[in-house]
Amino acid sequence: MITFEQVSVHYTDAAEPALTGVDLTVPEGELCLLVGPSGAGKSTLLGTVSGLVPHFTGGVLHGRVTVAGRDTRTHRPRELADVVGTVGQDPRAHFVTDTVEDELAYGMESLGLAPEVMRRRVEETLDLLGLAELRDRALGTLSGGQQQRVAIGSVLTVHPKVLVLDEPTSALDPGAAEEVLAVLQRLVHDLGTTVLMAEHRLERVVQYADQVLLLPGGGQPPVLGDPAEVLAHAPVFPPVVGLGRVAGWSPLPLTVRDARRRAAPLRARLAGLRPAPTTPPPAATAAPIAETARLTVRRGPVPALRGVDLVLRPGEVTALMGRNGAGKSTLLGALAGLHTPAAGTVRVGALTPHKARPKELIRQVALVPQDPRDLLYGESVAAECTAADQDAGATAGTCRALVERLLPGIADHTHPRDLSEGQRLSLALAVVLTARPALLLLDEPTRGLDYAAKARLVEILGGLAADAHAILLATHDVELAAELAHRTVVLADGEIVADGPSADVVLGSPAFAPQVAKVLQPEPWLTVRQVAAALAASGSAP
Amino acid sequence: MWAIGLAAAASRTSNPLLLLLVVAVAGYVVTTRRTDAPWSRSYGAFVRIGLAVLAVRVLFAILLGSPVPGSHLLFTLPQLPLPSWAQGVRVGGRVTLEAVLFATYDGLRLATLLICVGAANALASPARLLRVLPAALYEVGVAAVVATSFAPNLVADVQRLRAARRLRGRADRGLRSVLSVGLPVLESALERSVALAAAMDTRGFGRTAPVPRSVARTTAALTLGGLLGICAAVYGLLTAGSGGWVLPVLLLGLGAAGGGLLLGSRRTVRTRYRPDPWARAEWLVAGSGLAVAAATIWLSGRDPAAFAPSVVPPTAPALPLAAAAAVLLGLLPAFAAPSPTPARKSDQS
Repeated sequence: MITFEQVSVHYTDAAEPALTGVDLTVPEGELCLLVGPSGAGKSTLLGTVSGLVPHFTGGVLHGRVTVAGRDTRTHRPRELADVVGTVGQDPRAHFVTDTVEDELAYGMESLGLAPEVMRRRVEETLDLLGLAELRDRALGTLSGGQQQRVAIGSVLTVHPKVLVLDEPTSALDPGAAEEVLAVLQRLVHDLGTTVLMAEHRLERVVQYADQVLLLPGGGQPPVLGDPAEVLAHAPVFPPVVGLGRVAGWSPLPLTVRDARRRAAPLRARLAGLRPAPTTPPPAATAAPIAETARLTVRRGPVPALRGVDLVLRPGEVTALMGRNGAGKSTLLGALAGLHTPAAGTVRVGALTPHKARPKELIRQVALVPQDPRDLLYGESVAAECTAADQDAGATAGTCRALVERLLPGIADHTHPRDLSEGQRLSLALAVVLTARPALLLLDEPTRGLDYAAKARLVEILGGLAADAHAILLATHDVELAAELAHRTVVLADGEIVADGPSADVVLGSPAFAPQVAKVLQPEPWLTVRQVAAALAASGSAP
Repeated sequence: MWAIGLAAAASRTSNPLLLLLVVAVAGYVVTTRRTDAPWSRSYGAFVRIGLAVLAVRVLFAILLGSPVPGSHLLFTLPQLPLPSWAQGVRVGGRVTLEAVLFATYDGLRLATLLICVGAANALASPARLLRVLPAALYEVGVAAVVATSFAPNLVADVQRLRAARRLRGRADRGLRSVLSVGLPVLESALERSVALAAAMDTRGFGRTAPVPRSVARTTAALTLGGLLGICAAVYGLLTAGSGGWVLPVLLLGLGAAGGGLLLGSRRTVRTRYRPDPWARAEWLVAGSGLAVAAATIWLSGRDPAAFAPSVVPPTAPALPLAAAAAVLLGLLPAFAAPSPTPARKSDQS
């Protein structure tokens, strides 16, 4: 269905080609998962299929990409629109019209289909994706998962043979991600659509994949093959595969179910052991750094938070979980003084955040927003550091030293926009840490990070917690929470529904349990690292 | 269509009673027939802008004086001595009742026009307006719709980035903080437009059927020429001192533009999903607006005194009954148009 013949892509101002030596075929009706570290050329590869590379982005494409027999060199993206449907990370960037029904019809209107056909296909698609209830809603009022389903629906109505998806679930909570992936699964089974999808969070998608295409990056050729075989040697892999590697299983399990069936001996070996706590648990008696009491915050007419009581202590990492729109960002914003409470109180150190002067507040609390680019407006890393030193009233060079620690070997003159997602996050962290705040808030820090960048983040945050910072991170990433957090708080509809040690909270809920916990239930193991350490300590590792 | 009719009627009169009546009619129709979609909220903003325009107009008349001669002195402001090169400009000085009245009527007329535009905005989503556009104008329409959705995004961006400034420990109030986020806001706006353009391209926007070059050129010439002609004619129609040239130019312009659009639609391959039916209700709504415009224009020709109450000397404006009845025709949509509760509403503005 999709053939790549000796494809390489070179952008004009880049020293290295973004993609080299791709020579493979994706057969019809398969769900092919594209994996690889950041910067390995995943988005570029997807772009060559939809024709956006090179027609829209510029750059030079060598070799040949054909989709359903059409050569992308001679067909512009709009002429491929009837065979390739493209959905990106942010559904809002994809919408052209303003209501669900119009959005579904837009692609067909562009292709000039007859009104009767359009009417029929819109109805079919509404049913297929479970959107019938939402047909008249304005797109802006939908939740993230609903928006992503509409975006997929809007390209499905033209009946494309190929669907190209670039991290379709990265912005979604676990429930909404399941929703979207179930739809994709159904398309592959019922309609025979060929799906090519890039995704960082392998634990969510790998069980659906028929084939995995690995782009190792660094000039190495891509590998296409059976998921278990490819992931056995891949630099990126989900925790369940990591557990399989530790336990020495072959072939590697890809799903929690596979792993559970084989886990009985491992459970027996682990029976007498207890997971070593990653860091010593913080003293519960320490004076709290931040406190909210019966906090209520309104965003527009609806209360986003209702009566939230939360105490944050030094040295404690707290994960804040809950579905999209549960009020996680609002709680972080209220602690950072961005929202004025409608009732109740917030206190950070001795300050009331929304009344405090920004200059004083940053010494107490720092927030890294969802998109760290919002914090960065310097022309270069050096300029950013100088500005941060001035803002914080710190001695010159403080920020630069922090950057060196979090992000070794970055050049002074690099523009923040040229950094990768992970590097940008580290830079933003360094900038806000310059003022030495006691409380650090992070909003969705792992969005768009690959496993290597995530491991680095875990290390950095662990170090900060050991330095007696209190850390609160809002995240959908259950694996990150399991790895890092001492305590997990679950928000639903603006209220705290669970609050306790991570192990207790996540084990009690299938939606928030990490893969290792699901495999080794009912034993309280959360991460591959814990299991590996315990096995090594008992001397029984294979 | 309805709103344009009302606006045209308003521009032909400076009688405050008639103008207020037009505002009341527009307001009533909007409150009974608007939905709770985001664009419906714009009506309030337009009303406020209208009032601001009125206030500014009167203030300037008081401060800068006005060319309207008057004998009824209200009060005298201290006059600012100005250098000789600013002759003809007067700051402060005598304020007469006539000047203030004239300014009020004039401002009220402008405000009414704005409120009519606001009513149009509140009753129809820009995207639905796009659907009734002819195929050849479609691309222009898309640009307009994208532009209208751009503004709310821009506001959201500014808010987000000002919040980020606070996180960096800088002041988040005052003019400087707004200015300093200018560049990042423009950057993200640009990124968003590029992303949208890419999305539209991959979804087949701009696919065209092949046509000979000469046809394409004729299309462009006819459409442009026609639209220019219509604009000129409309200008003539709205300024009071129009001659007999207006009607032929208008017809010629309409003909040329129509021909251009017809030719142009041969190039596009797109079709419409669930086009809005143009049925009795739509005829009534559009017709009522046109009737208001036609009736007021006709009546104003017959009875100019009633439509432009004299300000020199000041008289209490009388309400011309015939004209008032004509304006009340504009209420028709409030009953003729289907009620908005079953989601798809069919007001034509």
